[in-house]
Amino acid sequence: MKILKGIAYGLALPVILVLIWWASTLGTTNFFVPTPATLSEAFAETWFGERIFSDVLPSIGRLLVGVIAAIVLGIAAGLLIGSVKWLRDFTEPVLEFFRAIPPPVLIPVLMLLMGITDSMKVVVIISGCIWPVLLNTIEGVRAIDSVLSDSAHTYGIGGFARVRYLVLPSAAPQIMAGVRQCLSIGLILMVISEMFASSEGLGFTIVQFQRSFAIPEMWSGIVVLGLIGVAMSLIFQWTERRILRWYHGLREVENAA
Amino acid sequence: MSAPTVTTDSQGAAASRPRKRPAKKRPTKQLLGLAGILAFLLVWELVPRVGIVEARFLPPASDVIAMLFNDFGLTAFWVAVGETMLAWFLGLLMAVLLAVVLGFIIGSSNFLRKVTNSTVEFLRPIPSVALIPLAVLLFGVKIESSLMLIVYASFWQVFIQVLYGVADVDNVAMQTAKSYGLGRFARVRYVVFPTALPYLMTGVRLAAAVALILAITAELVIGSPGLGREISLAQSGGAISGMYALVLATGLIGVLINLVMRFIERKTLSWHSSIRSEVIV
Repeated sequence: MKILKGIAYGLALPVILVLIWWASTLGTTNFFVPTPATLSEAFAETWFGERIFSDVLPSIGRLLVGVIAAIVLGIAAGLLIGSVKWLRDFTEPVLEFFRAIPPPVLIPVLMLLMGITDSMKVVVIISGCIWPVLLNTIEGVRAIDSVLSDSAHTYGIGGFARVRYLVLPSAAPQIMAGVRQCLSIGLILMVISEMFASSEGLGFTIVQFQRSFAIPEMWSGIVVLGLIGVAMSLIFQWTERRILRWYHGLREVENAA
Repeated sequence: MSAPTVTTDSQGAAASRPRKRPAKKRPTKQLLGLAGILAFLLVWELVPRVGIVEARFLPPASDVIAMLFNDFGLTAFWVAVGETMLAWFLGLLMAVLLAVVLGFIIGSSNFLRKVTNSTVEFLRPIPSVALIPLAVLLFGVKIESSLMLIVYASFWQVFIQVLYGVADVDNVAMQTAKSYGLGRFARVRYVVFPTALPYLMTGVRLAAAVALILAITAELVIGSPGLGREISLAQSGGAISGMYALVLATGLIGVLINLVMRFIERKTLSWHSSIRSEVIV
């Protein structure tokens, strides 16, 4: 019963919205808004074919490579900078400035430096996504509980073990918050880099549809991007729950007290 | 804080001592930061001069900074900045108003929250840039295109925070307000609003950064007027130093927005413990 109720709550509004959409496009032939039927038809026709291999998968591949590289680099550099005080003070203003630059302006810059290639798009994604991870890691490492840190020191835990068992877990909540930002920026940059300079990929295809006034196809492309976004956020939530299980538990205990 | 050991000193000296400490620490920190900036500029200056990267792709820092100061004297530059900031401000304002109204309505009703949850979780991760083709079709290269993207992207940042904030209301405070006979409006004003305010301010700060990203993006990709379009024009026109100068300018605007937002947050939340502790330590 409880599960049924949950499903009903989850589905009610989407169903109502689709019904409204269907009803309002029933009699009209609005050029910009396709009916649900034409959209799903266009969706199946456009994306369940060769396009998956020629446009969708390469885009997703670049996104994954870029985001993973950004996360790894960001955490590694963040651990280093965060644990050395003078280095932190030394780099802080420059890093804050780089974070404040809106990432899309890097596209024309990198286009100039590297030309229009796959690696340029990956570098665009890396150079846009790395800042939230890097700065949050620095912040997380800096804010390690001093009692824990002293205890680890007293027990002679140092080097790799210290990073593995003290620094990384304490900084993990902050790092995950950075990764969440990094994912959404990554997706944005993937699309824009392809809209700006490309001859293939999701962003390019969607803009191409729009320019040739293939409206249902354009909408179906927007839906594909939406689905990728939703899938990424689901994967992230699942991973976060695994990595930060102890943290959420701790918070619950603290809130209950 | 360590206990003061200067009991023999006069009160004035005791008060000045803790003040001295941060004053002593801060300059070294700021000096290091300044040194960091200088080192970065030096590397940037040397890379093209030595020839690691050709100067026509990456002009030395001195050229770009000179160009930036040159831009500061041009009306066209300030017009572009004004257009970007106008889109940023209008978009942010609309998004915040919409998110606050909807957030308070939906957040304060258990039923509405449950019903909208799945839809919100589906719509939120949709990247706003997916709407670019739609914006072009509907509005062309006008400010409305930028506004559409900015509002969509920053709305979710604020909306989610407001939802969390409204849900965070202390039960005891709420019951107390009820038993003292506070009406619905008064409860929202004196119980819910102060609880949600820190969340709201966090949301607004995040949204301000996102709105700038989207404003520049829209100008860059769609070509609506503003700094982004100037960057794109400079790049395709081969005015490389000019392009780098504009990129620097967007970064400066970003830093400025961050600073202003943090200042506003500190002012509006001066009563809140998260800010109070920051001031004391």
